[in-house]
Amino acid sequence: MAKKKESKQKKMNVRVDFTPMVDMMMLLITFFMLCTSLSKPQTMQLTMPSNDKNLNEENQNEAKASQTVTLYVTDKDDIVYYGEGLPEYNNPEWLKETSWGVDGIRKALRFHKVEDGTMPLNEIMKERDELEKEKKSLTEEQFEKKLSDIRSGELKSGKVPTLTIVIKPTDNAKYTRVIDALDEMLLCTIGTYVIDKINPEEQAMLEKKGVKFDAAANADNAENAEK
Amino acid sequence: MGKVKIKKNDVWIDMTPMSDVMVLLLTFFMLTSTFVKNEPVKVKAPESVSQIQIPEKDVLNIFVDKNAKVFMSIDNTKQLGETLEQMVSTGGYSSLSPLEVAKFKECAMFGVPMSQMKKFLAMSTEEQAKLMQATGIPTDSIDGGMSEFQQWVDAARTVNTDVKIALKADADSPYKTIKRVMNELQDMDESHYYLITSYTTDEGKHKDK
Repeated sequence: MAKKKESKQKKMNVRVDFTPMVDMMMLLITFFMLCTSLSKPQTMQLTMPSNDKNLNEENQNEAKASQTVTLYVTDKDDIVYYGEGLPEYNNPEWLKETSWGVDGIRKALRFHKVEDGTMPLNEIMKERDELEKEKKSLTEEQFEKKLSDIRSGELKSGKVPTLTIVIKPTDNAKYTRVIDALDEMLLCTIGTYVIDKINPEEQAMLEKKGVKFDAAANADNAENAEK
Repeated sequence: MGKVKIKKNDVWIDMTPMSDVMVLLLTFFMLTSTFVKNEPVKVKAPESVSQIQIPEKDVLNIFVDKNAKVFMSIDNTKQLGETLEQMVSTGGYSSLSPLEVAKFKECAMFGVPMSQMKKFLAMSTEEQAKLMQATGIPTDSIDGGMSEFQQWVDAARTVNTDVKIALKADADSPYKTIKRVMNELQDMDESHYYLITSYTTDEGKHKDK
């Protein structure tokens, strides 16, 4: 009888104790969880105009005046200034101010009228919204292609003109605000936009509106230009 | 008596399924993880709705912190070392020993003038971070030619022709600091690059206002 009991106990001990292993695993997992960055940062693609002056002028001529909107990003954090069409430096009415976001600048851009009184961006954005709804039934490539068609004004109802946006940040504008302006381009499906420098006439015009320009920074710029 | 003994044995919990799950989780984390790099300089990227992912490799990161100092990093350590060697040979700087180049490869980020490079490489990581924050890569042009910053970018382009430039600038810094770097890049015909941002939705962006 005693022998039988021993053999029974041995059978029970075949089970391996996993607890230490699980402990180890827990430790390792915690380590990896704390040390990893799963989310990669996002990016924006940006193509700046070349410094080649001849090329620049050609590009400027390409855009029709009525299809151009100039955005002025300034140190006034909640306001964005914009002007439609060719700059009228002596006309204070030309420079309008609005807020960031849906009800501000996006509305202004969306309902910007071109020569013939239509609002092409409104059409473009409507079609874009429709496309977003169909997104699930399309592959990524198809979606991208259709989106870029829409961006260049190729709508189902025919070709509409596209807007050209010139973003002019002042030296004291916050970098976030410049990114916000670029974001608006994305959200409004605007394909052609450019970041440009502020010229003296525009500076004078903005100063009248109370935008501060850093005297020291300007001197710096002049120095750099001389170099 | 016999009944009581059996009950005692049943207290043992079977850990096998649990360890199975653990192993799975562990493998997942080990395979997907890219380690958080200890960046000596913290730069808060601005928020954006853009959802383009940063390219996987061949990226030259340019950092601009809120004090307008410029730093750089290259993920690939082999290219990082080659870039330094290229920089030294084309820029005509005093040559560095293989040991120093090896030390340079360990840096997560670099950003000191070449004149201080030897001193920088002899330092501990904490001291390096301090020196970097105090100096940064100079963006002033040398005798009317390329600035050290442009020389670095040029060296990186020579080492790897497919290099993509990603610019990460502090969200609250004034635009002029970024403009300076953009101008430098533009001057060397580098007009296509990425701006690193952190993702947010359109609603999230305007919630605080």
